[in-house]
Amino acid sequence: NILNSCGDRVRSVAMEDFWAMVLAGLKVWVCLIVSLLMVPAMFGFSLGISETYMKILVKILEWATLRIQTVNKEQRIIQSSSFNSEEDGSMEEELRGLRRSRPKPPVGGDFTLSDCFYFYRRGIEDIVEDEVTQRFSSEELVSWNLLTRTNIDFQYISLKLTMVWGLGVFIRYCILTPLRIMLASIGLTWLVIGTTAVGFLPNWRLKSWLSEWVHVMCYRICARGLSCTIHYHNKENRPRKGGICVANHTSPIDIVILCNDGCYAMVGQSHGGLMGVLQRAMARSCPHIWFERADMKDRHLVTKRLRDHVNDKTKLPILLFPEGTCINNTSVMMFKKGSFEIGGTIYPVAIKYDPQFGDAFWNSAKYNMVSYLLRMMTSWAIVCNVWYLPAMHQQEGEDAVQFANRVKSVIAHQGGLVDLSWDGGLKRAKVKDTYREEQQKKYSSMVVGSEEDRSGNSD
Amino acid sequence: MGSRASTLLREEEIEEIKKETGFSHSQITRLYSRFTSLDKGENGTLSREDFQRIPELAINPLGDRIINAFFPEGEDQVNFRGFMRTLAHFRPIEDNEKNKDPTASEPLNSRSNKLLFAFRLYDLDRDDKISRDELLQVLRMMVGVNISDEQLGSIADRTIQEADQNGDNSISFNEFIKKVCL
Repeated sequence: NILNSCGDRVRSVAMEDFWAMVLAGLKVWVCLIVSLLMVPAMFGFSLGISETYMKILVKILEWATLRIQTVNKEQRIIQSSSFNSEEDGSMEEELRGLRRSRPKPPVGGDFTLSDCFYFYRRGIEDIVEDEVTQRFSSEELVSWNLLTRTNIDFQYISLKLTMVWGLGVFIRYCILTPLRIMLASIGLTWLVIGTTAVGFLPNWRLKSWLSEWVHVMCYRICARGLSCTIHYHNKENRPRKGGICVANHTSPIDIVILCNDGCYAMVGQSHGGLMGVLQRAMARSCPHIWFERADMKDRHLVTKRLRDHVNDKTKLPILLFPEGTCINNTSVMMFKKGSFEIGGTIYPVAIKYDPQFGDAFWNSAKYNMVSYLLRMMTSWAIVCNVWYLPAMHQQEGEDAVQFANRVKSVIAHQGGLVDLSWDGGLKRAKVKDTYREEQQKKYSSMVVGSEEDRSGNSD
Repeated sequence: MGSRASTLLREEEIEEIKKETGFSHSQITRLYSRFTSLDKGENGTLSREDFQRIPELAINPLGDRIINAFFPEGEDQVNFRGFMRTLAHFRPIEDNEKNKDPTASEPLNSRSNKLLFAFRLYDLDRDDKISRDELLQVLRMMVGVNISDEQLGSIADRTIQEADQNGDNSISFNEFIKKVCL
């Protein structure tokens, strides 16, 4: 009887010790997090931990690359030589080439049966590979980066590589991801609490300074939560108050990336739920622009509100993504002219992610927001470069569309991205018939236009 | 690690396609991943709408005719084998093929097969003749609304006049080849 009660007491003491240890361990863990990650984030300095992590990662990936057969960027599968025509010419050049072998007809239009060759060559080439649809899915890597998700055609190489990959899986899923999730939740919670608290202050200068500090701090914590390494270039061109910042869009993380280095007024639809809580809290401390769903359809209303915000020089610069949708960071697609009709100074920003460490593109057709964020947190890291470009203004005699294209090509050029005029909305919508009509018009002028040429000639 | 794209495509199938079309292993896997990316319904076949989703093809004046060439008579779906068979017509001719055994069957990407493909762009009802009506319809596709009916009609008449040799007021495949002689 006595022995039993002794045994019980020993067991309960052991249990208490165990829980005490767990508690102590948790305390140490939290202290580590706060000191090593949160405090630097709050005050903007770095302890060099992430730099070391990145250096090791780069070395490992270089080692892995040496061992993997690099997939050569394949020669185009269907070549112009299949059609006995010269390399990619314009419609005029190619049709002229095709018609070379016959004399010009005396009357009537200039048509020959071989004219169709141009159209059907382009058609087949576009079926095999086109410029547009590839932008709506993740970029293919030249060399594998040890993530299963990017493994498209890489074969088994060696046991060592598999082990490194396995170790990588363990580190990413079991160590890094819980840490990152915790940091992200802390960051977002802080954002809500901090901005609400600041919102209670009266409108002193202190309020805006505090609000900016809270915003930047929380975005920094979120950035740590994704293991972001961001390189900012040309900081002297940073967007200023009363301006409009435009950037190419790859994912919702773009906002975190840009807000790590400055404060912006967000523009968007007001959501319900968790997002709504976040939005309302942020709006309390400094003016953001949230629209009701119905209002977004009314372009005049949207433009007016944005213009009012921009004209008030004390308000933060607006952040806009003129593409209107996420593109896979290999190209910049058509900039919608709405952002460029507001007036005010445009500050272009180019964002380019390094796909070697993690693919930041949000394929909204394939993944919803939560699975996307989880994929982000299980990548190696997010590495990107941000270039601030000199401010631009709409010039005399330039309309909004031309201005938009000018800004787009500047951003594409800086980021090393392909400059496309296709609409990002083609992700979901069909292409407008007017483009086909343009092609028909162009061809018609080659058939009929020759009449005008000839009528002017003296033979 | 294995390649994800070809896990749904068995090795035997790849070998068969290789023999039939002459594409290399890696070309076949690339085209397979292209096929699957176009196949939004994920049912292993492509419909005409799947092709129309390619913007550059949708604005091509002859886009519909080209898409049609992939579908066998009366069918609305094309599977991967059919897709590859049609594309095989445009595989560039390798050097080692130029001196091939003359008794072997004609490869899919021979010059005359390519010309047959072009001929079929015009031959809407697949009766091996291009009639004046068919030529007019295709011309109308290419020029849209920019040329009047009369002018288009005279262009069609002139074209048939120049190409027709046996006087049946339509263009046969042999007459087509002679006219197009590139």
